[in-house]
Amino acid sequence: MADQTSTPKKKAGAFDIRVVIAALIAIYGLVLTILGIIADPKEVDKAAGININLWGGIAMLVFAALFVLWARLRPIAVPVEDAAARAAGEESSPGE
Amino acid sequence: MLAQDSILRLDATAIDYLIIALYFAFVLGIGYLAKRAVSNSLDFFLSGRSLPAWVTGLAFISANLGAIEIMGMSANGAEYGMPTVHYFWIGAVPAMLFLGVVMMPFYYGSKVRSVPEFMLRRFGKPAHLVNAISFAVAQVLIAGVNLFLLATIVNVLLGWPIWVSVIVAAVIVLSYITLGGLSAAIYNEVLQFFVIVAALLPLTIVGLRKVGGWEGLTEKVSASPGGAEQMSAWPGNALSGFSSDILSVIGIVFGLGFVLSFGYWTTNFVEVQRAMASKNMSAARRTPIIGSFPKMFIPFIVIIPGMMAAVLVPELAEFKANGTGEVDYNDALLLLIRDLLPNGMLGLAITGLLASFMAGMAANLSSFNTVVSYDLIERYLIKDRPDEFYLRTGRWVTVGGTVIAIGTAAIASGYTNLMDYLQQLFSFFNAPLFATFILGMFWKRMTATAGWVGLVSGTTTAVLVFILSESGVIDLPGQGASFVGAGAAFVVDIVVSVIVSMATVPKRDEELAGLVYSLTPKEQRTEVAEHGDHGWYRRPVLLAGISLAMIIVLNIVFG
Repeated sequence: MADQTSTPKKKAGAFDIRVVIAALIAIYGLVLTILGIIADPKEVDKAAGININLWGGIAMLVFAALFVLWARLRPIAVPVEDAAARAAGEESSPGE
Repeated sequence: MLAQDSILRLDATAIDYLIIALYFAFVLGIGYLAKRAVSNSLDFFLSGRSLPAWVTGLAFISANLGAIEIMGMSANGAEYGMPTVHYFWIGAVPAMLFLGVVMMPFYYGSKVRSVPEFMLRRFGKPAHLVNAISFAVAQVLIAGVNLFLLATIVNVLLGWPIWVSVIVAAVIVLSYITLGGLSAAIYNEVLQFFVIVAALLPLTIVGLRKVGGWEGLTEKVSASPGGAEQMSAWPGNALSGFSSDILSVIGIVFGLGFVLSFGYWTTNFVEVQRAMASKNMSAARRTPIIGSFPKMFIPFIVIIPGMMAAVLVPELAEFKANGTGEVDYNDALLLLIRDLLPNGMLGLAITGLLASFMAGMAANLSSFNTVVSYDLIERYLIKDRPDEFYLRTGRWVTVGGTVIAIGTAAIASGYTNLMDYLQQLFSFFNAPLFATFILGMFWKRMTATAGWVGLVSGTTTAVLVFILSESGVIDLPGQGASFVGAGAAFVVDIVVSVIVSMATVPKRDEELAGLVYSLTPKEQRTEVAEHGDHGWYRRPVLLAGISLAMIIVLNIVFG
């Protein structure tokens, strides 16, 4: 809303949510993995003998890496003329 | 349960708080990022109709994955066992597929901006007003209930006073929705989805290990009160409240599956709005269909933990056996988290729960502001202003909605039962709405008068059945009363609509193009494959077929 003229409609939704999700999950994965490595055996016993922080953390790191890979392989492409055409169509569509 | 020193208090440490704080930093960051993409009211209310299908698909189920869903379904799991899966496999998924395959072409193809607006185009102003007002009122009340539940959980888990939690949660939700509109809500819903899974999946794995695998669970649950019936989904007598097996199956398939779930998933604007935000017809149709795939596996991380809690947690096992003690079924998930998760994972689990509760409230508010701005203010109160005015209005309506929700939360804290009733009542509203929509979409003879008369009489019937069952005139335990209420509302709506249609003058055919099946050219009903829509795995009907086949397999395996 701030820069209405310099931001054309095609930008709507053009930041990549996949990278944001990957970033959060990666930080979580890192914290949990470290917690898992220095885990107190008593804590591990609480979780039925699984070092859930360690394994959960590693799984999250893998997940984050896959998401970044996906974002790299299939980057967001918003065809400009397409969005412009649709914006024009929106304007002329009757409200009632 | 409201005590400051609750049995449920979790031993959160600094590291857990760090994990929670990180999440909220990301939530607000997404609100800020989404703000840069908002330049007009369509961006704000419908994300500029630009989102890819996997994003809207995940948001579609995340919007529903609120407090009531997570706590309620794990509670049902603890109480009834496997029959709870019907809410997903008979209820939600078939309805979502129906929405994507049959109804979405009319919603998206007619370019309406909300479900009430479809009502306006098809049936005119009276039906539109009835629908818009009842929807807006329901949303803001439910937002208040979600807010109150969230605050209750924060109070119990972390010991914050209720009013502090209410205001903090409201301010966080408000800031990202007013900044980024629906995009912020949807992107956060996608993030919430992954955080919820990251929180509940480890809990399920640890729990399964503890209980001795699937065999251990079967053995222990079969030995617990309720017996071996709890391990198979059908016929689910305890859930439906019917003692006859055949009636129970009919009740579940028609009451829960057809009327209640189709009503909820296909006409509820909270859900449909997510699909309307997608980038083209193909993506809009795929939204609920893509959502159905994760949806069918959610029972495994929600219902199964509930069942495990009922056999693993001594307090809950005792409650199930004698109905005594400090805890009840609603605490199932919290108790399991308390007993199984070490610090770190514990913080993530709390984050997942908070995320889920905020998702529900944010979804209510983001659809509330759209309906109030577009359907009530722009249509009836302040017409023909520049678009910028409605964008600003939308932001202020969100603020107003939040303030009302805080008020509703305060009421809910005093009258917990009242809020239960209200919620049940609103679930009845969807059944007549579905009847009116489905008749209106497929029968061009249906008139405008029939639209609102049918809606009003159907809703009245639902309310009547509700009052009768509450006052004990109709006696059905379990979910039976809501199945009957919704079913009666559906039938009355159809019958009244047909009779009134016969006596009144229908709209001209030209006015109904794009709104009624027989008057909409096939090209307008089906998607033109645009750039990025090719490949067999992007064909809506085929995807829906795969989803349906998987549901049938799941029903057989766990039946």
